[in-house]
Amino acid sequence: MITQLLTAAILLLTLQMLGSARLGRLIHAVALQAGAMILLGLFSVPEWPNWHEGLLIAVTAGLKCAVFPFLLFRALRETVVHREVEPLIGYARSLFIGLILLGSGLWVANRLPLPPGGIEPFQLAIALTTMGAGFVLIVGRVKAITQTIGYLVLENGIGMLGFALAAGSPLFIELGVLLDIFVGVFVMGIMMLDINREFDHMDTDKLSELRDV
Amino acid sequence: MNSEHLLLIEPLLGGLLCGFLPKVRLRRMVLVLFALGHFALTLVCVAKGSDAHPGNLIGLDALSLLFLLIVSGLFLPASIATVRYLSQQEEKVSSRTLFSRESIFTGSLLLFLFAMTLAILSRHIGLFWMAVEGTTLASAPLICYHRSPQTLEAAWKYLLICSVGIAMALVGNIALMVAAAFDPALEGLSLGFTNLLQHAGQLQPVWVKISFVFFLVGYGTKMGLVPMHTWLPDAHSEAPSPVSALLSGALLNCAFLGIIRGNMLLGAVGQERFGQELLLFFGLSSMLVAGMFIIRQTGYKRMLAYSSVEHMGILAVALACGASFGGMYHALNHSLAKGALFLTAGVILSRYRTKNIDEVTGILKTRPIIGTLWILGFLAICGVPPFSVFGSEFMIMTGLATSGNWVALGLMLLALGLVFVGMAALMPRMAYGTPPATLPEAAPAKPVDWILPALLLGMSLLLGLWIPEPIHHLIQSAALQIGNG
Repeated sequence: MITQLLTAAILLLTLQMLGSARLGRLIHAVALQAGAMILLGLFSVPEWPNWHEGLLIAVTAGLKCAVFPFLLFRALRETVVHREVEPLIGYARSLFIGLILLGSGLWVANRLPLPPGGIEPFQLAIALTTMGAGFVLIVGRVKAITQTIGYLVLENGIGMLGFALAAGSPLFIELGVLLDIFVGVFVMGIMMLDINREFDHMDTDKLSELRDV
Repeated sequence: MNSEHLLLIEPLLGGLLCGFLPKVRLRRMVLVLFALGHFALTLVCVAKGSDAHPGNLIGLDALSLLFLLIVSGLFLPASIATVRYLSQQEEKVSSRTLFSRESIFTGSLLLFLFAMTLAILSRHIGLFWMAVEGTTLASAPLICYHRSPQTLEAAWKYLLICSVGIAMALVGNIALMVAAAFDPALEGLSLGFTNLLQHAGQLQPVWVKISFVFFLVGYGTKMGLVPMHTWLPDAHSEAPSPVSALLSGALLNCAFLGIIRGNMLLGAVGQERFGQELLLFFGLSSMLVAGMFIIRQTGYKRMLAYSSVEHMGILAVALACGASFGGMYHALNHSLAKGALFLTAGVILSRYRTKNIDEVTGILKTRPIIGTLWILGFLAICGVPPFSVFGSEFMIMTGLATSGNWVALGLMLLALGLVFVGMAALMPRMAYGTPPATLPEAAPAKPVDWILPALLLGMSLLLGLWIPEPIHHLIQSAALQIGNG
């Protein structure tokens, strides 16, 4: 029951992020979603994690739900003038893409052979939808900060996929996610500041000096 | 502690040391000395031959030996060229203080070597994945050394696109875990390459196929296969030239190693046809798209970058048609020729201060040896005999012909022709003619400028005429490993 509620929460947050116009709300949503994802993982593993895994999960939770929102909000305060999301793909269209993603995710998940161990196809479908939504946010938004958030959404989707499918070895997934996060946020955060300093803006659609043709 | 551990510890230590050393000369000395030490260790390992115990997380099999030799062999000249590059930059970038930009640059360079070595040595899909991630992390500061708007743009694209790619590769890893989760007998199986190959019969084939698709997209992003290649021309043209040489000759090969390993697993579960079709598609489209972009190129470093995309396409095609020997030989040849060309391009850039092809003329007059090397490099990379790229490209085309894939062979010839025409229209033009009147003041030339690329080109020539027995053995055993799955 609780896993189903958490899965539903993840889906709702995904859809909310696709339709959200405010950067602050986007940061809140991605942090909440990460929390829901980690709780879902904890409830779906067959046995309680040992202290080693527990520590890693705690660190991940701390990073995803506290440190990154803090860093992103700081970047928002220091660098962003307009707190709108500035979409290249409009909100309604993004939401529509989200629904298509959900539909195709369900179609794929119901056709794939799933390993024994009580994994629900709809969880797989929602994980795929969240990954897809991450892509939409990366490709369809102007600001560097939104792309970073999109990357985190993609990470949430992959984390959910890993927990849902390969519950047997959470340690290794966690290590991977942690490392990924380092690139995703620390380096991207530093670079956002640099880009801001050099260009006086963080709009990646104006990063178009390097191209062919 | 054995030589494999030393191979890892050495660059890691050097990287940290470089980050903290306050003295400029000492730091540069450390860079070159550690590169030399790494190369010496590599030679020791190559002489010892492969020994990979199935249970270990790291180890050297035949494939890793060959790739290790390529990476370490290219890193040594690149590190010397880096020192030369840095000494030319002194007035522009502060280099003296602790944690200066230069200390971070040299430190990252050695950490980059560490991450690539780890990727090559790792015997576990997870460890390999982390190492490839580590290469992204370590090389991003290398690209934006100059903090100009262009380099920042290039580094941002590099980070974002490669991070997304690496996330896709993580999905590939998860899919492999799922593939192993169907058979209860495999519970608790460590996902080492050897383990997976041994138990391939018990893996779920559909999920192995899914994992290969994600590996191909994920590591293919890093390798620069079309259409995931978009970061590559920007990063290669904006990075300092020794770094471009390393990105092109060493890093792309490391990513290719991941695709090779995924493909071997696919073969072991009896799905090789699926992999062949995908690899052929990505390989040929990389070659054709690269050819089209080379034809209308205006920057010479971008042109070399697209040439890397083309050669990565050739490697993918080689893997697809089972021309393993040709493929491994080509990886080596491409790294030699492209390394030489990027180092030469670096000298041209420092002399002409422009990356524009149109503004560079008369290299043969301003720097005769560099001009000659530029033309020879053009011949080498386009596969003109007697340079070794000819031999390996010929083997791969023979492989396509023997597998009866005439359409692919035709497309590959077309792409090679496009690239040749494109490069022939651009590169010799830069060497001949009279130098522009507004040529900036010449910095003092040093023999190291031409010795490094000349050495690499000389090796490419030598390999084209005659492959020495130890190298032949190395390539042969790597190819056998791929073939046997």
